[in-house]
Amino acid sequence: MFARESTTRLLSETGGLSAFTGRFFRNLFKPRFEAAEFVRQCLLIGYKSLPLIGLTAFIMGLVLTMQLRPSMIEYGVASQLPAMVGIAIIREIGPVITALIFAGKIGSSIGAELGSMKVTEQIDAMEVSGTNPFKYLVVTRVLACLFMLPVLVLLGDAISLYGSYIGVNIKGATSFSLFFTQVFDNLAFSDVLPAFIKSFFFGWAVGLIGCYKGYFSSKGTEGVGRSANSAVVVASIVIFLLDLLAVQVTDALGIN
Amino acid sequence: MIILQPNKKPAPAAVQPAVITVSDLFRSFGSNHVLNGFDLTLHRGEIVVVLGRSGSGKSVLIKCIIGLIAPDAGRIEVLGADISSLSQDALDQVRAKIGFLFQSNALYDSMTVRENLEFPLRRHWIQVHQAELDGLVRAVLQDVGLEHTIDMMPASLSGGMQKRIALARTLMLKPEIILYDEPTAGLDPITGREIIDLILQVRNKYGSSALIISHDMRCVRLTADRIVLLLDGVAYATGSYQELSASNDSQIQQFFNS
Ligand SMILES: Nc1ncnc2c1ncn2[C@@H]1O[C@H](COP(=O)(O)OP(=O)(O)OP(=O)(O)O)[C@@H](O)[C@H]1O
Ligand SMILES: [Mg+2]
Repeated sequence: MFARESTTRLLSETGGLSAFTGRFFRNLFKPRFEAAEFVRQCLLIGYKSLPLIGLTAFIMGLVLTMQLRPSMIEYGVASQLPAMVGIAIIREIGPVITALIFAGKIGSSIGAELGSMKVTEQIDAMEVSGTNPFKYLVVTRVLACLFMLPVLVLLGDAISLYGSYIGVNIKGATSFSLFFTQVFDNLAFSDVLPAFIKSFFFGWAVGLIGCYKGYFSSKGTEGVGRSANSAVVVASIVIFLLDLLAVQVTDALGIN
Repeated sequence: MIILQPNKKPAPAAVQPAVITVSDLFRSFGSNHVLNGFDLTLHRGEIVVVLGRSGSGKSVLIKCIIGLIAPDAGRIEVLGADISSLSQDALDQVRAKIGFLFQSNALYDSMTVRENLEFPLRRHWIQVHQAELDGLVRAVLQDVGLEHTIDMMPASLSGGMQKRIALARTLMLKPEIILYDEPTAGLDPITGREIIDLILQVRNKYGSSALIISHDMRCVRLTADRIVLLLDGVAYATGSYQELSASNDSQIQQFFNS
């Protein structure tokens, strides 16, 4: 009974999200791009999430380095520490952690914002005044997430590596330039590019799911809270699924 | 339908052309049959009040008229255009001539009062200069007596002020028709009276027709040229306030004796 209900819910959710995605693409290419609102959203999204992403990235790099050091010493490859950390951060930890924090911070705020606009009839008011609310609210926010997450991932990676540099120097001495030479000498284009590309998809998913949850929020304040909450949960799951998919694709293409 | 109109005196508005014609409108939500063949005509310059109990489908009716809810059956003509058969662009053209005052005001809470008022003009920005736009914003704010709020956020205004700003926003495009969804609901009697006076002022100044949805009997008495009684999804009766209040039909009476 329970299993049947949740399967039905999963299916209708998937169907609803697919229809929403289709609507996104149809509206994307309709004329009158809301450029001003898009730029405003980009700035707002960057401004809201950068402090948290920066802080987490720094601690990530620092802790990862300190945790890895004993094992690296045990295997006699302590000198490879910067390279090891660099690869881990650039290829996987940077994009995924940044995307998850982005989902928690931005996905939920988009879900709550559009949800409350929905229940207070602000979306209807836009429609009535001749502005396509889907283009004005949804397309701009999804695109802003799509463009901003890769930027944030790059910044987060840089901050993480800096954290790692500090970590290396807590129990040892490596110069700044030596540390980064070691990191980048061991990084190939095939480490950077797939990670960069997948962060576009992560950003797109967070924006789309946040908007979907908000746009179809049920009436009442409780509905708004639920939209914000499930935007984060669904977006996080989708990020992991996309990550899984990305590694299969790069594997199949022989980029590794 | 019970039509209460004395034969000797033709209603003055009746000679004007119709701006809204709703005929045989049906709409249900699942097994909840909200509108069951509703009819309504609004003439140019006229104020018609749709009177009905809470949950009788008044908001559904007004949202069908503006094209936010699609009817199951029936025909809605606004300014000569059949709403349900219009393309998006044509629908937007018709909507530009209609003001809609939402029951919940629906002010954009992330924008200042000024930005709220400018929003309906976004589509026409190309033609409007900033100075002209500024003048327009100030003029409608003056109409509702709230010039000092121009840079405030809606959340910092009282309910009555929000209602007036929402009305000001509908005036930005100089609408030919204004649809009011319960303009006095949730306001104290004095503020309610101010809104009623504003509705009458707007009619006199802009010559717009109005469809008001209400169950506030004072609002009905003071504004209505004609009343349409919405009961069980149909237009049960129509007539002026005097005519309906003098009726001895018990269904009509219950509205006037409460
Ligand atoms: N989107 C919707 N989905 C399902 N049912 C709806 C929807 N909109 C309205 N209804 C139902 O239609 C009926 C009429 O609702 P409506 O909002 O038109 O009432 P109303 O006359 O405006 O009442 P009030 O005076 O309280 O505003 C209600 O029973 C409501 O539950
Ligand atoms: Mg209502």
